[in-house]
Amino acid sequence: MTSAVMDAHHSEEHHGPAKGIRRWLYATNHKDIGTMYLVLSLVMFLTGGAMALVIRSELFQPGLQFIAPNVFNQLTTMHALIMVFGAVMPAFVGLANWMIPMMIGAPDMALPRMNNWSFWILPFAFLMLVATFFMPGGAPAAGWTMYPPLVLQTGDAFPYLIFSVHLLGISSIMGAINIIVTIVNMRAPDMSLLKMPMFVWTWLITAYLLLAVMPVLAGAVTMLLTDQFFGTSFFLAAGGGDPVLFQHIFWFFGHPEVYILILPAFGVISEIIPTFSRKPLFGHDSMVYAASSIAFLSFIVWAHHMFTVGMPLTGQLFFMFSTMLIAVPTGVKLFNWIATMWRGTMTFETPMLFAIAILFLFTIGGFSGIMLAIVPADIQYHDSYFVVAHFHYVLVPGSIFAIMAAVYYWLPKWSGHMYNESLGKLHFWLSAVFVNVTFFPMHFLGLAGMPRRIPDYSTQFADFNSIASVGAIGYGLSQLLFVYVVIQCVRGKGAKATSEVWDNPKGLEWTLPSPAPYHSFEVPPKVSSESAFS
Amino acid sequence: MLRKVYLSVIGLLGASNASADWTLNMPRGVTELSAETYALHMQVFYWCCAIGVLVFGVMIYSLIRHRKSPGAEPATFSHSMKAEVIWTTIPIIILLILVVPSARTLIKLEDTRKPDMTIVATAYQWRWHYRYQGQDVAFYSSLARTSGVARRLDSSIDPFTVENYLLDVDNPLVVPVGRKVRLLLTSNDVVHSWWVPELAIKKDAIPGFMNETWFKADVVGTYRGQCAELCGMDHGYMPIVVKVLEPQAYAAWLASRQPTALQSADTN
Amino acid sequence: MTHAEDRYYVPQNSHWPIVGSVGLFLLMVGASSWLNGSDAGFWVMMSGVAVVIFMLAGWFSTVIGESISGRFNQQVDMSFRMGMFWFIFSEVMFFSVFFGALFYSRNMSIPWLGGDSNNFFTNLLLWGGYESTWPSNGPGNAGGDYEVMQPFGLPLINTVILLTSSVTLTVAHHALLASKRSMLKVFLAATFILGFIFVFLQAQEYIHAYHEMNLKMTTGIYGSTFYMLTGFHGMHVTIGAFMLSVIWLRTMKGHFTPRHHFAFEAAAWYWHFVDVVWLALYVFVYWM
Ligand code: HEA
Ligand code: HEA
Ligand code: CUA
Ligand SMILES: [Cu+2]
Repeated sequence: MTSAVMDAHHSEEHHGPAKGIRRWLYATNHKDIGTMYLVLSLVMFLTGGAMALVIRSELFQPGLQFIAPNVFNQLTTMHALIMVFGAVMPAFVGLANWMIPMMIGAPDMALPRMNNWSFWILPFAFLMLVATFFMPGGAPAAGWTMYPPLVLQTGDAFPYLIFSVHLLGISSIMGAINIIVTIVNMRAPDMSLLKMPMFVWTWLITAYLLLAVMPVLAGAVTMLLTDQFFGTSFFLAAGGGDPVLFQHIFWFFGHPEVYILILPAFGVISEIIPTFSRKPLFGHDSMVYAASSIAFLSFIVWAHHMFTVGMPLTGQLFFMFSTMLIAVPTGVKLFNWIATMWRGTMTFETPMLFAIAILFLFTIGGFSGIMLAIVPADIQYHDSYFVVAHFHYVLVPGSIFAIMAAVYYWLPKWSGHMYNESLGKLHFWLSAVFVNVTFFPMHFLGLAGMPRRIPDYSTQFADFNSIASVGAIGYGLSQLLFVYVVIQCVRGKGAKATSEVWDNPKGLEWTLPSPAPYHSFEVPPKVSSESAFS
Repeated sequence: MLRKVYLSVIGLLGASNASADWTLNMPRGVTELSAETYALHMQVFYWCCAIGVLVFGVMIYSLIRHRKSPGAEPATFSHSMKAEVIWTTIPIIILLILVVPSARTLIKLEDTRKPDMTIVATAYQWRWHYRYQGQDVAFYSSLARTSGVARRLDSSIDPFTVENYLLDVDNPLVVPVGRKVRLLLTSNDVVHSWWVPELAIKKDAIPGFMNETWFKADVVGTYRGQCAELCGMDHGYMPIVVKVLEPQAYAAWLASRQPTALQSADTN
Repeated sequence: MTHAEDRYYVPQNSHWPIVGSVGLFLLMVGASSWLNGSDAGFWVMMSGVAVVIFMLAGWFSTVIGESISGRFNQQVDMSFRMGMFWFIFSEVMFFSVFFGALFYSRNMSIPWLGGDSNNFFTNLLLWGGYESTWPSNGPGNAGGDYEVMQPFGLPLINTVILLTSSVTLTVAHHALLASKRSMLKVFLAATFILGFIFVFLQAQEYIHAYHEMNLKMTTGIYGSTFYMLTGFHGMHVTIGAFMLSVIWLRTMKGHFTPRHHFAFEAAAWYWHFVDVVWLALYVFVYWM
């Protein structure tokens, strides 16, 4: 073809944003799609959080206060599904959309239209899921783990639950494919794999995890569906199946899933800590190997969620050993971050504060994880509030803190304005204090014998529960401050941001002006200086 | 409320000496294996504390020492093989130290051979059914009426006035002290889980399968637990109460529950 | 041409994805309410299917149009290839769940119900007299007595058909590379016709199984795994055969050159994947 034809196309290809609603509905731009992901995630976080607040209010004191037990179970189930699939995963995908093309020197994601599709499936999926609250029999109430036979007692909501999980799966698989292809195929020509920034690396690994386990979840819920409506016996002993088979399949998905929720968080802090320590990331390559080992190990530890189901002894021993091993690569990551801070010149802006809090609090969550891996002890901890404490420590001051740190860190790049630093710090301190008030007492509750997923409890658990509830309300309200700070920044209330934003940060994204241009890099950038990648 | 917040701070600091209402730790329990479990729990907890003190100590030191001060130049090092090998090896060693006693206890826990007696527990939504193997004794065990009334959404009864709120049943499981009791667990509907913290036992009751577990209580007393697997609406309301009696008292109880005796005194 | 190579390609906005999302939404909501017993749900589901098909047709013709006008450079081509590859990988994982269920029930749950491992009492107290064998419809004799599907006969014929179709597809690919257009058309047509024959025979087998062998989805774990695996496989063969038909129509229109024929290759990869799944299926479901 002639170059005249090509040029004619250019003017269409490299246009600015479309006007009005079409910009969002028809979006193919990675920044627009990233923004939509992040907004969806925030809405879902507030929704799931509001459910958590109802849960915590009900648990404020013994006796039933507001809601019936079945409604409580519905709220617990939906809280978890919304937080995991609606708040944390889309937030990380949103960050990936925004940052990966900028960090690897690409104009956009590799498959922009599919990118749009991945996003727009989500609102429909959550519409289906949340609508179940208004159906006969109410929302699903069998826990986010959806164990049969209990989940088969769900009312009209049942097929909606299954199909919304399918939609979430389709979305995640397409998102993961897109991220893999972008990273592998769209890097600036002289950026070798080991020169890639850590956030890109952790996302590459996460995308493979997604690709491997989302179809597994889809298969598991498909079997639930056929057991319910077509008379199959996958999870029915009388027909030769086994309810525990579902648990195996679910956790084969579920355990890698929890690392899907944390690996991008590791990536985020691996970007933030070097910047504010003014020192390159310590042990870049071993960080890559550690993240890969975590991903690999995550496939062979799943049954640590099932130590009480009556597995043969050898199985229990195997899963205990393999689970404990995960402490080793995770420790490597932690120590590398500390070594990065060591003898740096640290300043403590909001993103750094969040990153440091993650180092402390995620580690506490990791310690309780190791305790849970010890089978005889887990027999005591299992399905008690100790587990609830464990996973909220890794999820809230792990994943959620990392998402917020990332937003503070990159928001000036996105919006072109600085956020309000003192409000940001206030938000940090309130969050850090209340998150501990909320979740630390749950360790004691679990050890004292309080089971999880109960709407009412015996009187000896009253004190810690009311502390946790107060903490939850404090933590929840503090998040409104975050919403305020972000809105103010996006509306351009802060000082203008320079292209570097921070004090000499490393990485390609900081070579672009703030706000970043609509198409990040129209021609491949030159990656010459080795120190461009920390 | 303030008092509670204040107390919790104290609680967080002074961990182990718990007052009656402020249980902060796992119960030591009343069986040999519950004590071993407790010891394991404490062992891994202390390891975590030690690692925590070390790691957090280094971090805090660094945060203070290496914060930006005028004229300070950041170092530029970015790897050290030696350091990395050290902090890969040490955790592995610690884990090996932890694994051995855990495996040993686990093997004992799974050894259900040669019991002195066997009880089949069947879970229903939402109560337990116990059948004593080889005896003509079988009964349901449900939430006690006092709790059952008080737990209603519209009840105006203060849970604090109910003794053992939600942890009391009409017919407790009764076993003799010092005997190895094998428990066979199954379910009639969905998955439940039989948990009594003081016996350090938790085992799922799965429809269509029979799970085995065992305990040997060394101390006479009443031990309370709850169903530990989400089993629907009233999952929070299917407690477990185990009464451990002296052998004679147990024999008397057993005799009183035989069918002939039952005809006169039908329940309880 | 050089121009297309050194600039990045960024497509324009598109309305197809949102159409696709609405289509999927209608499909899934319709299917849900249909399963809950609403007849209207069925029609909502079918309208969703229609929207999805409309979307696929529209989206692909857009992409084909762009491809033909030469807007895709090497890099875009590579992106499509990788995308297809990893999509197939996710499909492999999907199938492995059902294979996993098959292995688990054969090697674990069925023997356990028969008293193996730590399940002595399971058999003694709950399923007394049940002896574990494979195939099995479980200790409850779910679905009643049934006949076992034999590996020879129809399934063997189907194996031969699929393997042949792989060969014809490869021949077609070589013909395409060698610019032998008429050979390409014939062998490509042969491939998808073989595919449809496979689906037809599979349907015959199902009918036979349901009516004469009493082998149904309700026939315990054997029936469950049998129909789940062969059913999803059959669905994939159908999709693959349709993909190849479209490719064939495009060859008739003169699309594809020896150098540029990604769509052909994507469909071919998919076909080979479906083929490999069948081989595993034939061995583990019918034979062993
Ligand atoms: C982000 C999510 C996340 C992460 C990262 C983890 C991390 C870990 N988890 Fe967690 N987990 C969950 C989310 C997560 N988990 C959730 C959601 C559940 C409950 C699901 C449900 O039932 O609903 C759960 C439940 C759960 C269980 C089941 C409990 C039960 O139900 O009985 C277990 C058991 O082994 C476990 C273990 C671990 C371990 C060993 C790690 C390790 O990866 C932790 C490793 C980290 C460290 C150990 C700290 C740093 C390391 C060092 C300082 C090195 C030196 C340390 C030592 C030598 C000890 N987790
Ligand atoms: C990433 C995942 C994630 C996150 C972020 C959270 C966040 C929180 N979780 Fe959740 N949780 C899970 C994942 C998560 N959780 C999972 C997987 C389970 C297990 C479920 C199961 O058993 O199946 C669980 C279960 C669970 C339980 C146990 C329920 C039970 O066993 O019965 C509790 C109880 O306290 C709880 C509390 C909280 C609280 C207080 C927060 C807080 O951090 C939330 C803070 C946020 C807010 C409070 C929002 C602020 C908004 C407002 C104040 C305004 C509202 C306004 C509008 C809606 C406009 N969670
Ligand atoms: Cu029975 Cu929970
Ligand atoms: Cu896990």
